[in-house]
Amino acid sequence: MHKHPRARLGALLFAPGLWLVVAYLGALAALLVTAFFTIDSFTGNVLYRFNLDNFHDMLTDAAYKNVFLRTLGIAVAVTVICTVIAIPMALFMAKVAHPKYRKILVALVLTPLWASYLVKIYAWRTMLEPGSGVIDWLLGPIGIHSPGFGGSAIILGLSYLWLPYMILPIYAGLDRLPNNLLDASSDLGAGNFHTFRRIVLPLIFPSIVAGSLFTFSLSLGDYITAQIIGGKLQLLGNVVYQNFSINLPFAATISFIPVSIMALYLWMVRRTGALADL
Amino acid sequence: MTISRGARYILASLMGVGLAFIYIPLSVVVINSFNSSKTFSWPPTQFTTQWWVKAAANEGVRSALRWSLLAGALATAVALVLGTALAFAVARYTFFGRDLISLLVVLPISLPGVVTGIALNSAFTKGLGMSTGLLTIVIGHATFCIVIVYNNAFARLKRMGSSLQEASMDLGANGITTFRLVTLPNLLSALVAGGLLAFGLSFDEIVVTTFTAGPGIQTLPVWIYNNLFRPNQAPIVNVVAAVLVLLSIVPIYLSQRLSQDSATGGRI
Amino acid sequence: MRNKRLFSKFAALSAAALILAGCGSSSDTATSGVPKVEMLKELGAGEGQVNIVAWAGYVENGSTDPKVDWVSDFEGETGCKVNVKVGATSDDMVSLMKSGEYDVVSASGDASLRLIYGGDVAPVNTDLIPNYADVFAGLKDQQWNSVDGVAYGVPHGRGANLLAYRTDIVKPAPTSWGSVFDENSPYKGKITAYDSPIYLADAALYLMKTQPDLGITYPYALDQKQFDAAVALLTAQKPLIGEYWGDYLKHVASLKSGGTVLGTTWQVNINLAQSEGTKVEGIKPVEGSTGWSDTWMISSKSKNPNCAYMWMDHIASPKANAAVAEWFGEAPSNAKACDITADPNFCTTYHAADEAYWTDVYYWNTPTEACLDGRTDVQCIPYSEWVKAWSSLRNS
Repeated sequence: MHKHPRARLGALLFAPGLWLVVAYLGALAALLVTAFFTIDSFTGNVLYRFNLDNFHDMLTDAAYKNVFLRTLGIAVAVTVICTVIAIPMALFMAKVAHPKYRKILVALVLTPLWASYLVKIYAWRTMLEPGSGVIDWLLGPIGIHSPGFGGSAIILGLSYLWLPYMILPIYAGLDRLPNNLLDASSDLGAGNFHTFRRIVLPLIFPSIVAGSLFTFSLSLGDYITAQIIGGKLQLLGNVVYQNFSINLPFAATISFIPVSIMALYLWMVRRTGALADL
Repeated sequence: MTISRGARYILASLMGVGLAFIYIPLSVVVINSFNSSKTFSWPPTQFTTQWWVKAAANEGVRSALRWSLLAGALATAVALVLGTALAFAVARYTFFGRDLISLLVVLPISLPGVVTGIALNSAFTKGLGMSTGLLTIVIGHATFCIVIVYNNAFARLKRMGSSLQEASMDLGANGITTFRLVTLPNLLSALVAGGLLAFGLSFDEIVVTTFTAGPGIQTLPVWIYNNLFRPNQAPIVNVVAAVLVLLSIVPIYLSQRLSQDSATGGRI
Repeated sequence: MRNKRLFSKFAALSAAALILAGCGSSSDTATSGVPKVEMLKELGAGEGQVNIVAWAGYVENGSTDPKVDWVSDFEGETGCKVNVKVGATSDDMVSLMKSGEYDVVSASGDASLRLIYGGDVAPVNTDLIPNYADVFAGLKDQQWNSVDGVAYGVPHGRGANLLAYRTDIVKPAPTSWGSVFDENSPYKGKITAYDSPIYLADAALYLMKTQPDLGITYPYALDQKQFDAAVALLTAQKPLIGEYWGDYLKHVASLKSGGTVLGTTWQVNINLAQSEGTKVEGIKPVEGSTGWSDTWMISSKSKNPNCAYMWMDHIASPKANAAVAEWFGEAPSNAKACDITADPNFCTTYHAADEAYWTDVYYWNTPTEACLDGRTDVQCIPYSEWVKAWSSLRNS
């Protein structure tokens, strides 16, 4: 460590830099540049002729504005739902459950992360099937019916998929929170809710942001869930996916939307320290 | 403890509801693997173990499993090397652009998989004229696995501080010896936890794999995706899924045993 | 407008950077005329492997079901290992073939012409494929598999897109495609349609038969007015649709559960749903229907041309052709296949030899600016516009 620190640093940075900057960012930049090209209307071959037609198409066709707003709405809804479900669960795991059971609870929450993504979504198809699905079978007698395939199904399915990604950082955040901080708050006369809102919430905020990075970004780019339980609804990911084989430049144009949203989001949350909390 | 009894009960019941939400669909998967209907229709009308027998004999599943294990192992190995190197650089040195590293490593995991997938696909096939295959899958997977190793290693390095290493060097050990005898043993459990999660992420990855897998290679998720919709295969997919659910206990048990950073078994 | 200029400048710079980075133009495709690609003159020794892009179920090596296998014997006889990539849609297949990594593709009619004109596939020397002689004459030398009498592939099999309906729910039984376009349909929300730009042709076919004023004569040759009418019909249909289907298990599950009671289907789906006890029937409505006729084609960049030819001959052989047709549920292309199907009535059920049945089946084709119906006074809407219209319709 004492000798040639610059050389060591260079050695440490060389391979990861090559990988992330050249291979990853390079590929990404090359894709985004494709957005300024066009295709042969028949064969679908990319023609390297600079133009802004794709952006024109994207911005003027109301369909793409709708699909963008719909996707954004779904990503926000999923994030909010996951947060609302995750906070009490994480609170119970970290501060209420006996320490002996904590590891078991964490394991229970982690397990679904290892089960296949596709299988979970397909399970939700079985759950949601209108009339004959598990939800109607189980909850129908008490008057709750499946929303059917569509926007609500997508929100439900995505919330299910990404919930563990929200619980874990919040749990880790709460776990780090010293108990005597809570004690002090209650000693000073604050109630449960007050303590939670004034002490706990601000301190675990970076953890929530860390979790939201997953719930929000994974929802923003998803297309398989929409294919399986979205009914006739499509998301941005579907548009990108479909256009990949038909019209790569247009797929690249649509990609600008989630890429810029996520870049902006990451830039904004960088200061909260959430990135190290992942 | 300051949480009132009432609040505890409420939290406990919410925990129960949350776990039910998590586990009911998973149980449906396991139950459906015994469902005699080929299209998973509910409720199951007849119990059968024939899908389990068929799945056990299915060569497609076995070869997909082998590819998945291989790709996961290689991607994890790459991520371990690159993620650790990067964590060292950021934890132990100051340099221009250091603040941007944390942003750079999370980028692959936060941008939509479909964008990463098509970007890599067109770079490989159209830009570089490469054939897609195991190599491209590993490149794709390692790219988003780096962040996991990096975050685990970085957190541990921060906690360790550099005093131990300095002591070792002061006592005459060279850089390599110090790394081998001091730094690595302290870092090991964090690396294993990070590696396990990275492996898990690679093992379940479908989107990027779709775009980077070449002729003749099917990883398990790709096999599932290709067969989920095939009438005679869907029941076997259910068995595979049920097995994956049950097997997931192994890595979780391992990561819990090994992790010290936090009870979550490492960072996501 | 200063911003706009800056924007353009930035874009131009990025484009330049890309080209410098080596990702620049590699192919200048002629927009008219078929690129000249040489066909194989004589068959040599196998290269040891062949990479195939195919529809799910077209290339089975027993890994799906040990009894379903027409690949292992091929591998044994020729020494060509078969690597298969399943294409989900025609568009996927085109894109995979453009990558140059695959030798053979089972292209439907809406992919084949694009591949031919894109220079992605080579003409096929049918002399090197003995089984080609037994292919039904009605499938040879068609618009979607040959250009100026030069064959670009070996026909694989064909099927019609049928109208499925639940016999226990939809009463009286439908006879016309009008049932899926009826705004007052009692089955609103339980109707399905095929999820692809090519479904516009189904609307065009219906208009062709019901609105003669529009002057449609071929569903894949639509001028602007005809095209707009087809898009309008599908836009009006959208509220009736519960789910568009792209994969057939999902579709079958919906038919079975009653989530879907009426809509486009394939024969294989009907058989499957029936085998699961669903009361469902598939008919070819009075208007006729769209359909597919698939063709095995060889890549112009094939690295394993000998194995590719051996595969094309193998899959057209009576035995393999019968096996694949029965597994997938479509009419075989080899006349001799009908004698050896496991179900002796198979070819009758699928109308394999019944040319009259196919006269009002309009096989998928790729629309081009030059109208495919021979009109020269107007420009037709090319497939890229079909894609845009479909994308817009699906996402609105």
